[in-house]
Amino acid sequence: MSVIRAGLAIAAKDVRVELASKTALATAITFAALVLVIFNFARDPAEVKLEVLAPSVLWVTSAFAGVVALNRSFAMERERGAMEGLLLAPVSRSAIYLGKYLANLAFVLVVNAVLLPLFIVFFNVAPGSALGWIALLLVLAATGYVAIGTVLAAMTVRTRFADLMMPVLLLSFLIPPVLVGVLATTRLLGGRPISEIAGLVQILVLYDVVFVTLGFMLFPATMDE
Amino acid sequence: MTDSHDSDRLIRVGKWLTGIGLVAMAGLYYLALVVTPAERWQGAAQKILYIHAPAALTALAAFGIVGIVSLGYLFLKDPRLDAFAEASAEVGLAFGAIMLTTGPMWGRPVWGSWWQWEPRLTLTLLLVLLFIGYRAMRTAIDDPEERARYSAVIGIMALVLVPFVHLSVYLFRTIHPQPVILKPSRPTLPWEMLRTFLFAMAVFAIQYAGFVALRYGIGRRRAEAA
Repeated sequence: MSVIRAGLAIAAKDVRVELASKTALATAITFAALVLVIFNFARDPAEVKLEVLAPSVLWVTSAFAGVVALNRSFAMERERGAMEGLLLAPVSRSAIYLGKYLANLAFVLVVNAVLLPLFIVFFNVAPGSALGWIALLLVLAATGYVAIGTVLAAMTVRTRFADLMMPVLLLSFLIPPVLVGVLATTRLLGGRPISEIAGLVQILVLYDVVFVTLGFMLFPATMDE
Repeated sequence: MTDSHDSDRLIRVGKWLTGIGLVAMAGLYYLALVVTPAERWQGAAQKILYIHAPAALTALAAFGIVGIVSLGYLFLKDPRLDAFAEASAEVGLAFGAIMLTTGPMWGRPVWGSWWQWEPRLTLTLLLVLLFIGYRAMRTAIDDPEERARYSAVIGIMALVLVPFVHLSVYLFRTIHPQPVILKPSRPTLPWEMLRTFLFAMAVFAIQYAGFVALRYGIGRRRAEAA
């Protein structure tokens, strides 16, 4: 079985398990909605206009939701002892990584797909072509940090204080995509031409290429038994 | 038996180097505070440069060494490399703490604010936070072999993250320029100051070597006892 086919099979298995209960997905989406609400109230409405805060809120919420989503990505394997089964299966470590990565990415993207419309409604964002670009930025950012988060989650799940360890390690890696995302979103919502975010998009693409590659290289080291 | 001999020797060398470093540090204080002339505009505050900048550079080098040694560990699986990475990370945190406390002391009188989101400061702060996480992760794993592998993975990822953080933070600064009383980039130092600065760099390098030898020796001894 090729790496890609095995990876897709593992990802499909995770997605099916997720869809069977939908608890994790629903909880992560609710979490994202609550963060949006908290941000709305974490300001003096007379002093700070919603529009000024909007890009930061979108990206911080997306980042926190990503951490929460990734934190549980290997919980199933831990609770049911399923990791041993996966490791005993005649598939390479790269295939396991690909599978877990794709499943995590799908999860994070679904959360973001609900977050973006909520954000538009709550923060009075005018619909327009900028939104398509913002969606693309969110996808590009997730592509990179989910690659890192999948490697980190595979390790933190086997440590004490797993739920604390994951955010402490992953948040540092979220700084570049969040920072670039906020800068680009501010320009897009301010009606600036697309050419002004080209450089920022390039940084995100580079981030993705580097960390997805690194994920495939380092993940096997987290699985040696 | 030869191994325990190794750790004893490392600790002895570490103690000697640290002792030499401390004596040299006293010399540095004398050279910086008494011999070297005060800077015209910043006055006494500028003296902190001789502690702050070497501490920052040593911390960055220490974290860089963790990344490189971690890469070596994943290929060679030699527990000594892991013990060395652990030592360098902890010593890096100590120097990072010096950097982060002396920075605001200097920034307040000279920049007019305790903290500036200046690229180098931000990068160092982030690395210190990341390596506190690295340190926490190490304490949360019992199996030494597993701990070594996991730590190596994080050490390498941290090294790869550095250019991205630096690039993005730099973009952030150039887009939001903030009033700075004095630019962090200094003009070329006059010879008296440069001499003191270079001496300070040497002192911190000796301290780094001494601390790492000590900590590495302790790590080896722990591994032998386990």
